[in-house]
Amino acid sequence: MRGARHARWAACAAALALVGTGCGSGGGSGDGGAVLSSSWGDPQNPLEPANTNEVQGGKVLDMIFRGLKKYDPETGKAEDMLAESIETTDSRTFTITVKEGWTFSNGEKVTARSFVDAWNYGASLRNNQRNAYFFGYIDGYDKVHPENGGEQTAETLSGLKVTGERTFTVKLRQKFSSFPDTLGYAAFAPLPRAFFDDHDAWLSRPVGNGPYAVDAYVKGSQMSLRAWDGYRGPDKARNGGVDLKVYTDNNTAYTDLMAGNLDLVDDVPAAQLKNVRADLGDRYLNTPAGILQTLAFPYYDKNWNKPGMDKVRKGLSRAIDREQITETIFHRTRTPATDWTSPVLGKGGGYRAGLCGEWCDYDPAAAKKLIEEGGGLPGGQVRITVNADTGSHKQWVDAVCNSINNALGNERACVTNPVGTFADFRGRITDHEMTGPFRAGWQMDYPLIQNFLQPLYYTNASSNDGKWSNEKFDELIDRANAESDTAKAVATFQQAEEVVRDDMAAIPLWYQNGSAGYSERLSDVKLNPFSVPVYNEIKVS
Amino acid sequence: MGRYVVRRLLQMIPVFFGATLLIFLMVNVMGDPIAGLCGERECDPATAAQLRKEFGLDKPVWQQYLTYMGNVFTGDFGTAFNGQPVTELMGSAFPVTIRLTIVAILFEIVIGITLGVITGLRRGHPVDTSVLLVTLVVISVPTFVTGLLLQLLLGVQWGWIRPSVSPEAPFDELIVPGLVLASVSLAYVTRLTRTSIAENRRSDYVRTAVAKGLPRRRVVTRHLLRNSLIPVVTFIGTDIGALMGGAIVTERIFNIHGVGYQLYQGILRQNTQTVVGFVTVLVLVFLLANLLVDLLYAVLDPRIRYA
Repeated sequence: MRGARHARWAACAAALALVGTGCGSGGGSGDGGAVLSSSWGDPQNPLEPANTNEVQGGKVLDMIFRGLKKYDPETGKAEDMLAESIETTDSRTFTITVKEGWTFSNGEKVTARSFVDAWNYGASLRNNQRNAYFFGYIDGYDKVHPENGGEQTAETLSGLKVTGERTFTVKLRQKFSSFPDTLGYAAFAPLPRAFFDDHDAWLSRPVGNGPYAVDAYVKGSQMSLRAWDGYRGPDKARNGGVDLKVYTDNNTAYTDLMAGNLDLVDDVPAAQLKNVRADLGDRYLNTPAGILQTLAFPYYDKNWNKPGMDKVRKGLSRAIDREQITETIFHRTRTPATDWTSPVLGKGGGYRAGLCGEWCDYDPAAAKKLIEEGGGLPGGQVRITVNADTGSHKQWVDAVCNSINNALGNERACVTNPVGTFADFRGRITDHEMTGPFRAGWQMDYPLIQNFLQPLYYTNASSNDGKWSNEKFDELIDRANAESDTAKAVATFQQAEEVVRDDMAAIPLWYQNGSAGYSERLSDVKLNPFSVPVYNEIKVS
Repeated sequence: MGRYVVRRLLQMIPVFFGATLLIFLMVNVMGDPIAGLCGERECDPATAAQLRKEFGLDKPVWQQYLTYMGNVFTGDFGTAFNGQPVTELMGSAFPVTIRLTIVAILFEIVIGITLGVITGLRRGHPVDTSVLLVTLVVISVPTFVTGLLLQLLLGVQWGWIRPSVSPEAPFDELIVPGLVLASVSLAYVTRLTRTSIAENRRSDYVRTAVAKGLPRRRVVTRHLLRNSLIPVVTFIGTDIGALMGGAIVTERIFNIHGVGYQLYQGILRQNTQTVVGFVTVLVLVFLLANLLVDLLYAVLDPRIRYA
């Protein structure tokens, strides 16, 4: 059955390529019906909105779901999508009205209940959703998702109330003025009843309310998405659909692109970066994404938490030649960082170039002096822990160590401490086994300065892996969250960021770019701030 | 013969348990798999505990092993982290890899043995020397180099094949990957056959056959080849298992979603169920292939009997 269906689409696509006419469910008008193929990776977790926390699954959710808000692919600004209005008087209780006339691709109406049910499902401990903590701001979360071994005492979040067909209210545990701006994240997507009625069927062929609908899904190999005719939103698909093909190795995907068998590669392999300009010319994209690479420190280790250590950390920061490493290892697909956020936020959103100041400038002499003033490296040596299995992380850590060794004039000042697998690496972090700096990376969930600071540096926050803690920082974050004026809130967040800088809580290294390459058939290819291609805008000729 | 087979099958049982236990322990030593499940951040402790419970990771290893083995006998190989039953992964991966292996084995048998016979019969000839040289090159160049090179030349430069294999992986798309996978073994098969033929050529029974006035063709195929094939069959038999488990490099290069790919993903994500499940089946394949080889001996050489 599946095979036959597949073959039909293949034949359809082939016919399209030859004749260039509409086919099946496509837009029908000229090239609007043409289908493009794109590289994909097997999603790590079951494909549910609140269970997907990596790029590959997120890519699909971005195509088949639209939430209350959507982040502008250009600016990253959160704009109303399904939300007709989100109102609040105290930054704590929000009244949300859903737009009229939206449906899921199976014909079901999108109502207030679609959201409330989905959020309750995502928050409930019983459902093992990896992104459950996104609902942690909502009242009653501790009942449906008790920490550490507690019994789940409620099925639904007490902070969520359906008040009409299209209206519901959200009550938060604390003031959080930018809460509406977080609602563009995929975890907050609405779900149809079909999801709850027949979960397995839904998982084998997800149904959403976005510009694309899943036509066929063969797990581990391919997902065929087709433009959905009934889509009501302003961002209708400009192509007939997308075939996401699973590649085990991005080198093969790149080879397929070169051979003309694939239209879009959204992860150019490191080995090809040298040739990509020559191979693709203008069809190579290298644009900033909301990803920051840092070195984190174990503050639970008393060696790193004694007075004067901030000087050592600043010294290490000054001993890293960011310019050279981004040039030689990353071929300019990274940009040296000068603050703790990302350029994709823009000035208004909280990005401030140069906030790090001299502490991020390479200066071997100053570095040496700072480290000496701070009492020297603990034990005379730093060991940077990194997982060696993916992402060529070990390579850049080696380079960072070289840079530090050269700056300090000591061959043994810094060594790499590679760990076999990512799981093992994460396990050691969770168990607080780090004794020196370790690789840390942050890919934003939503383009807000809050997301670059609070989860990483707030006391006991979800991704505060080094257990850094600073009262002044926490207080500034609380104040910024309570602030209803956006500009003031951003300014307060930046003050908090200065606290991070003054203590050098983590060493910022570089901003990561998204990279993509595409075939001559495509035009209008862009990457959004999450480094995911904006599929619905791609035109196929 | 029947009793021999039964005895061999019984011998498989401890090997089977030993091998799976080893793999089970090895995967468990690598650390806590749940830690890597939530991406670059820590899973919140409650969800992590829940997941651990769901995958049975909260129990001691010996208990996990017992439960696992108990389930295996009911055909339940557990669930992969992405929610798919491991049997489903096997159902999609094994047919593909079996096809790939068949292509590779066919190459070994047809090309390898033919070349071996030709060179074995003409030792010292220019044909012999050049084949020896070529096989030496093939053996010394790693598979991934041959694979990438062929992919680049045939797939991108000349456009004869698709550089990647489609998810359905039909036989015709697997010819080049199969050749790449077979290449090293093929060279060994050639050399083994050559030596074996060259040795047996001088034996008494061949001389007798020639003296009886049998046609050369019959001498070679019925007398010479049949006896010379024993070491070759041994090699090819064990190679079946090696090819299936070792296809990981070839499968990666040509984007074939087979056993190698699933194993690689399983190891990378530290997915105990996937890794142990696939290795369990691979162990069985190895054992059965070896049994088959031993039984073939009797066919090739009637003097070998099984009591």
